[in-house]
Amino acid sequence: MSIDNPNQGDDRGGRGGRSGGPRGERSGGGAGAGAGGRRGGFRRKRVCKFRTEKIDYVDYKDVRMLSQFVPERGKIQPRRLTGTSAKYQRKLQVAIKRARFLALLPFATD
Amino acid sequence: MTAQKQYELVYIASPDATEDQLTELQTLVEGIITKANGTIDKTDVWGRRRLAYQIGRHKEGHYVVLLFSFDGELVKELDRRLKVNDTIIRHLVVRVDEELQKAARAKQRRDDETRRRRVARGLPPEPTAEELLAKQAALDNNDDGEDMR
Repeated sequence: MSIDNPNQGDDRGGRGGRSGGPRGERSGGGAGAGAGGRRGGFRRKRVCKFRTEKIDYVDYKDVRMLSQFVPERGKIQPRRLTGTSAKYQRKLQVAIKRARFLALLPFATD
Repeated sequence: MTAQKQYELVYIASPDATEDQLTELQTLVEGIITKANGTIDKTDVWGRRRLAYQIGRHKEGHYVVLLFSFDGELVKELDRRLKVNDTIIRHLVVRVDEELQKAARAKQRRDDETRRRRVARGLPPEPTAEELLAKQAALDNNDDGEDMR
């Protein structure tokens, strides 16, 4: 699903806007649950994808992998939501920016 | 000879380019590298691909990835010549040797560690074919569930 993401960059409006909305809300909810801590909401243990899957080199050409960290809107998902470790978030950041320059990922979708 | 470093070049050629133009372009790029004592380690032609956003008036591009060893000083010259070329709508040169070495070392370390632990548990150092299959299946399952938040 997310691999199609960059391809939808051009049909602006409709799709991007529609899926952008709920996505944004959901992220907000997740953040709230995280900040709220133990009270009420359950918190799933977050793990770093790169550490668990033993990916040592964050490849900027691997769109399928990168797009998991870039929701519809095109922004880079924060660590607080994905659980990526600081080391790999830094590498991911660079990789996504390179991929954007090469038009593999969108800068923004709207 | 100055020390060579490993670089990766990705260039996007215009989708309007003909087959001939593309091969010509490829030989040009390879020529620039080999003439200056560089070596091409890998070439990967992705072919036509939709761009995530328009570059100029283009919506598609022809992607080519090259992995090569080259003199660091001469990369500037390569970069300039790629910029001048009209058939190339975008390109990126990235130094990769350090990152790849780091990744290889990390993998090596981890493999050594697993081997050590397997031996400590009284198992043979290399996992058997069945174990590998089971592990792969577990990874695939994890893939499906993990991404949805």
